[in-house]
Amino acid sequence: MRLWLLPVASGALFIALWYGVRVYSGLQSWILPTPLEIMEAAWRERTRLLMAAGNTALGALAGFLLAGSLGFLTSLLLGASQSLRASLYPWLLVLQMTPVIVLTPIIVLWAGPGLPGIITVTWLISYFPIVANMTQGLLSTDLNLVALFRMGNASRLQEILLLRVPSAMPYYLAGLRIAATLAPIGAIFGEYMVGNSAGGTGGLGFLVYSYNTQIKIPALFATALTSCLLGFIFVAAVALLNWAVLHKWHDSFERHDH
Amino acid sequence: METPEPIVNFHSVTKRYGSGPVVLDNIDLTVCRGDFVTFIGPSGCGKSTVLKLVSGLSPWTTGSVSVLGAVPRAARDRQAFIFQDATLLPWLTTQKNAELALRLRRMPAAERTAKAREMLALVGLDRVREYYPRQLSGGMKMRVSIARALTLAPQLLLLDEPFGALDEMTRNHLNEELLALRAQSPFTAMFVTHSVAEAVFLSNRIVVMAAGPGRFHAEVAVDFGYPRRSVLRERPEFQTKVNEVSRLLHQVEEVPA
Ligand SMILES: Nc1ncnc2c1ncn2[C@@H]1O[C@H](COP(=O)(O)OP(=O)(O)OP(=O)(O)O)[C@@H](O)[C@H]1O
Ligand SMILES: [Mg+2]
Repeated sequence: MRLWLLPVASGALFIALWYGVRVYSGLQSWILPTPLEIMEAAWRERTRLLMAAGNTALGALAGFLLAGSLGFLTSLLLGASQSLRASLYPWLLVLQMTPVIVLTPIIVLWAGPGLPGIITVTWLISYFPIVANMTQGLLSTDLNLVALFRMGNASRLQEILLLRVPSAMPYYLAGLRIAATLAPIGAIFGEYMVGNSAGGTGGLGFLVYSYNTQIKIPALFATALTSCLLGFIFVAAVALLNWAVLHKWHDSFERHDH
Repeated sequence: METPEPIVNFHSVTKRYGSGPVVLDNIDLTVCRGDFVTFIGPSGCGKSTVLKLVSGLSPWTTGSVSVLGAVPRAARDRQAFIFQDATLLPWLTTQKNAELALRLRRMPAAERTAKAREMLALVGLDRVREYYPRQLSGGMKMRVSIARALTLAPQLLLLDEPFGALDEMTRNHLNEELLALRAQSPFTAMFVTHSVAEAVFLSNRIVVMAAGPGRFHAEVAVDFGYPRRSVLRERPEFQTKVNEVSRLLHQVEEVPA
């Protein structure tokens, strides 16, 4: 049996179950729409959904890129200076445990409504996992390799650029992978919170808000589906990057001979 | 014959890590240019520590150490270290790995490429220059490591159980290759191993160490001369030497630490 058949089968089973619940429970369409009703709603609302997805993607991407680059630089600083690390790293870990979503109203208040607020929320939510992972990676360099660089009279800069950064890449990419799942969530939640002031061209978070107030439940499900697709694109892009950077040398891409 | 020039000198050297126990106790040692000195002894007796002191990777506690007429760290540019695992950077190809030591010295790219190519050819790896470490066997990785060390044309080569993880046949091959390489670009060697046969095959001097605290127990001269070929291992005098060193090792291993 082919392995890809399994998720297809389980997916089909899930949809069948969905119809079963709908039919036998007597729930109404506005509580539990069928997958077909959701697809119809998606088609009806396609322009709004696409526009909104575009807006959300913009905020999520900007926040994600900001987190990716600032996270990289922060980790370099933390990795290079022990005293800086000692004074900041514990707090970063604490901040990572703070659900950024709770802070969203405050962030929106400070950064301003619309895109700036949304980008800030997205950045914050994706930043900490990147810093935590990458810093861990910079500190986990193989001690034998460090000794090799010492023996070669390597400068501090050479040690960082030629040894520590490359060996931290798998960690950095793991951080990016977490960030990629969080960035669209951050953007959507940011939009949800600032939705009112963002005007008619809001993102998916704004659509959730407006469909909810209009009790357009199938459209709400369609929005969820769209968000899901957007998240998938983010994760797939990072997976591709991960492959491009690591597949030639990293053990996680070791080919197994069956 | 001219008197050999001493290039490593230990004078009453004691070593402890931090405030830990004495790891090396009152060591005196002179290594002369052209020597191939092997250190053998029970685990934990301080063999690796001796090499770390010579390379300046770790400081000694009392006494004095001089290497090539300088303090160890200042002599680093004239020595190379080959570690037990090949210490290749997994993200670099064989070629780039072989270039690394020269790259750290900021040698221009074209020059170091040529130099590394030449050394890889010497260890028989010209066909896998574009392979990554994970595509190489253990023996091939070790060859890359040797090639990388030799690009520096070191006067002093430190080897800490470089072939410990290899099977006996590969190990014998690499022993012969190492001696062949030494005939081409002469270096003085300080070598650590657990294999008596390897020690006898490679060295002109074998230092047997004892543990608790680490100290020199006895020194054995191996005067077979060079070059040496694999048939040497079948000679009776080779076996006699192996027995002699083994007996010394039994002495130090039977003493409870
Ligand atoms: N970095 C270190 N910090 C503290 N103690 C150490 C350190 N390195 C080695 N030691 C101690 O020094 C002693 C000698 O260690 P060393 O590694 O030199 O032994 P060795 O002869 O090379 O052993 P092996 O044959 O197992 O490699 C051991 O007791 C060890 O516990
Ligand atoms: Mg050792």
